[in-house]
Amino acid sequence: MTSSSRLLEGKVAIVTGSNRGIGCSIVEEFAKNGAIVYANARREDSLNEMSVELSQKYNTKVIPVYFDVTDESLLKQAFLRINREQKRLDILVNNAGIMKDALIGMVSSTLMRNIFDTNVFATINMLQYAVKLMSRQKSGSIINISSIVGVNGNPGQIVYSASKGAVISITKTAAKELAPLGIRVNAIAPGMIDTDMFRSIGEPHIQERISKIGMGRLGTSREVADTAVYLGSDLSNYVTGQIIGVDGGALV
Amino acid sequence: MNNRDKYNKIFIEVLGVEDNKLDENLTYQSIPAWDSVGHMSLISSIEESFDIMMDTDDIIEFNSYEKGMEILRKYDIEF
Repeated sequence: MTSSSRLLEGKVAIVTGSNRGIGCSIVEEFAKNGAIVYANARREDSLNEMSVELSQKYNTKVIPVYFDVTDESLLKQAFLRINREQKRLDILVNNAGIMKDALIGMVSSTLMRNIFDTNVFATINMLQYAVKLMSRQKSGSIINISSIVGVNGNPGQIVYSASKGAVISITKTAAKELAPLGIRVNAIAPGMIDTDMFRSIGEPHIQERISKIGMGRLGTSREVADTAVYLGSDLSNYVTGQIIGVDGGALV
Repeated sequence: MNNRDKYNKIFIEVLGVEDNKLDENLTYQSIPAWDSVGHMSLISSIEESFDIMMDTDDIIEFNSYEKGMEILRKYDIEF
């Protein structure tokens, strides 16, 4: 691939929850398109190999940054490091998230707190720190990963869908507040994507869910990542406050 | 330019305050320019000028010209 076709050449990005699934694909597609990527995961050393491999393969820098997104002091250190090393930040992808299902009547306070800590409060904190850097350069793209269930709801997912619905509200409000600063905020609402997280629902449920997808198949992480590349790139310079479904025409 | 001059310059440029009004009476919302939007512009300029990132609690507690210097000392900025 020539540098002229690399949509994110010269841009600096941070992607949370990069060790598998959608986050992992976003890191790879960003690197392929020339971005310098700070790839986050919780588990120390879990991204070392992948970072070296992608850096060499795509002639860019993929830099692992290990922290739990719910720990504000560690999260802040990551942004200080980016500021120190790059003096700018162009793209934030809030991808880290947890999905745990529980029927109404069986939802514990702990479950609610855990899901909202990661999916909602950490998203806001990441956004606040990213804006500190982006506002200095008067540009930036923030991409939040929501979910089709955050738009439409889903039985058994009252907490998860509420958290992803909150991500949509965060996106729309932040887009309005940050537009004067030249910072765009959009969300991707993936449908049923073939990831470990999705497969955790069990094979019988998977087949039943596939029958509700217009295109008759699960989506891939790469297909979500392609949309993230678009939103992170200058191709979407006038796009903000949008929730883009990547769901193959799924009916949920 | 020392830190005090740098700090003063930010207030003058961002909030349009006169040099002789930079004192203990200058507090959040005491002048029209220091509203919530002005506050975020002020914090952004301070962070950029001193190359720091303030904690959210400190941004909320930064409610006067004097208090601001007390908070910045936590980030090793001496006046």
